[in-house]
This record gives sequence, structure tokens and C-alpha cells, in this order.
Amino acid sequence: MSKSEEYADIPGTYLFDKRACAKGYHLNNFCMSMMKEENRKAFLADEPTYLDKYKLTPEQRKAVLDRDWLRMIQEGGNIYYVSKLGATSGYTFEKMAASMAGTTPEKYRAMMLGGGRSIEGNRSKAEQAAESAKKGNS
Amino acid sequence: MAKIIAGVGCSHVPAIGAAIDLGKTQDDYWKSLFDKFKRSQEILAELKPDIVIEVYNDHGTAFSLQYIPTFAMGVQDEFQPADEGWGPRRVPVVKGNSEFAWHLVESLILSEFDMTIINEMEVDHGLTVPLSLMFGQVDAWPCPVIPLCVNVVTYPAPTGHRCFALGRAIRKAVEEYPKDMRVVVFGTGGMSHQIHGERCGLINSAWDKQFLDRLTSDPIGLSGVPHKQYVTEAGAEGIELVMWHVMRGALNDDVDELYRVYHVPASNTAVGNIILKNRGVN
Repeated sequence: MSKSEEYADIPGTYLFDKRACAKGYHLNNFCMSMMKEENRKAFLADEPTYLDKYKLTPEQRKAVLDRDWLRMIQEGGNIYYVSKLGATSGYTFEKMAASMAGTTPEKYRAMMLGGGRSIEGNRSKAEQAAESAKKGNS
Repeated sequence: MAKIIAGVGCSHVPAIGAAIDLGKTQDDYWKSLFDKFKRSQEILAELKPDIVIEVYNDHGTAFSLQYIPTFAMGVQDEFQPADEGWGPRRVPVVKGNSEFAWHLVESLILSEFDMTIINEMEVDHGLTVPLSLMFGQVDAWPCPVIPLCVNVVTYPAPTGHRCFALGRAIRKAVEEYPKDMRVVVFGTGGMSHQIHGERCGLINSAWDKQFLDRLTSDPIGLSGVPHKQYVTEAGAEGIELVMWHVMRGALNDDVDELYRVYHVPASNTAVGNIILKNRGVN
């Protein structure tokens, strides 16, 4: 069985491991608070003041205010928690997913209807680089 | 004496629950998926379970990151569907069976599976979506359900091998229970999906299909698949599939596959369902 460090070669994937869970603890707690209507209202009424209640890093705080979903994940957010902020902010999951994948919701939806993102070329960073080089040459 | 009749593997995609609750099952996007599950519901009705043990994971609903139990069992007589941010699902309350659940907890801990014991807990889509798919839209679920939660959100999830062994211990506990009862075990989650990061939207149908095949042909070998293979091949959130090994471990070595469903996509996920019956058990 692999320690979490051994997953670093999987592209575009942020394992919610010992480092992420420790780093993202307060960020995810903030997201969890969005389960309650009164908190959603208070947050949307004055985001900076509401965020002062949580010990976020400057990067986490900026990512929340910018609704930068990928950055939240990179800063220790877990998708099941971060998506509670998505729902609070009126984002569909598709819109969040498209944003993380660096594409438009329309293109993301078309990809899913076409059978999803292919595993071919996406297993490792090396495989991904080889695949994109192949496409570049063809 | 209680006995395990069958095992069910079933995805628990939240969008499926929303489609059912909002009356969209006949929409173009959803109809072909729900048509495939009609046969599943007929088979479950024929199996006539007296109780379901449902292995699932909570998605930051009843548990936050404050406490992260690896294995936990609900032992009360009632579990309310949770409000996951858009109101509770319009599904019946989940009735447990306190006497049977406490028997399981006692037997499992004495078999060296140290379950966390949960008296109060709301249940999210991870538990209720497979119930909807297997039993349809009903006023009351046809039998009590024992929730068995597994941490698959924070790495590491328990290994497939450990999950399989838990299934074996569940089978022993069920067979020790003195009342006549027909038990069906559900393993839920999966199949391939990744819902975060730039690799979001990953689906790997070939890998999913070999997983479904090996549940019958090579269950022990399959339970030895390392976590990294799930994350690489089936997407980071595809690791939920380890919960299917609890179901498979609870069955006999010889099973008959009664039915399977495979469908892509439901939202971001490949949907799978398999129904395995213990050979020779009626």
C-alpha cells in the first residue's frame, strides 16, 4: 500500500491526505458552516467579516473570496466541503467542475455526455506529457 | 437463524436522488438509466429481505472533519434523511433495528473490528440513493436498514482486504443471530469518477467492467487491489469502491450474478449496480 507521497505523479489530482486534511482543516470547517441557513445569510451579507471567524491562510481566504475552486482544493479544501460553498454561491456542480478543469460548462457537459474524460494519457504526468506531445505532432 | 441471501453493489450519485425527487426520471437525460433499474427492483422484491446492512460513506453531512471514524455503525431504530443544503430528500425515514445492530456491533468488536458506535446520525444521499434505486419511490422502505459508514473521504480509506475481512466478520455475526431473518448486504459508491482537480470528469469503463466481472470470478484477488490503482484508474473518488468488498466478503465464495447495470454518465459518474446471490441459498 502506498503512502500518500507516492500519488504525486497522478496529474490533476489532489489526494485529501494527511497534509491536505491538516492544512485545510479550518477552510473545510468554514465550508461545513454553510450547511446552516443562518450562516449562509451572514456570510453572503458580509463575506470578509464572516471569514474572520475562521483561521484561514491568506491564500485560502483569497481563494474563497475569488471563488477559485481549484485553488481551494490546492490549499487543502476537500471537494465535498468546498461544494457546500458552491451551492451557497449559486454554482452548479458542473460549473465548479468546469472551472477546476479549466474549461467551459458547455464543453465539460459535452465531455461527460461523450463518456467522460478518457483514462488514456491521464494516468501519470509522464503519460499525459507523452499524449500531448503525440497530439502536437499529429 | 439469520442468513445472508444476497449482496448488492450500487452507486450512490446524488444527482440520481435529485432526479427521482424532482420527477425527472422520464427526462431524456435520465430515462435510459432508470429503465435499467426496473429489473433490479423486481429482483429485490423477489429476494424479500427482512433487513439490509448498508455499507456507505457520509459526505461531510453527519460527520465533519472533527471526527473521522474508519468504520461506524448506527444502532438506533431511526435515522432521518439529512438536509445536504437543498432540503432533506423526500424519502421515507430510515428505520433501523436496534437489537440486531447492537448484536452486530458486539460480535464485530469481539471479532477485532473496532466499530465506532453511533446512536444519533442523519443519513445523506450515500445511504438513501441506493435505497431509492433498489426499492423505488415508496411510502416506507420495505425493511429496516442498518447503516455502516466507512471513511473513504480522508486518505487512507481502509484497504480492500480489510473491507473484505469485515464482510467475513459480518457474515459470522449474522449467522450467530438466533432469529430467522433474510439479510441482504449493500456495498455502495463508485463507480469510476473524479470530481475535483484538473482531471475532473474521469471515467474508465474498461476498468469498471473488469471490477464487476471479478466480483464473481476473483473476489479475493480483487480485494487486494491497492488504493493507488483505484485513484489512478477509477479516479480519486472511485476509491469508494472499496466499500463493495465489505458486501462481497459477507457472501459465500460461490455466488451467482443475477443482474448488472452499467451506465455513463450520471452527472460526473459512471453508475454501476450488481446483484449477487449466495449459491444454494433460497
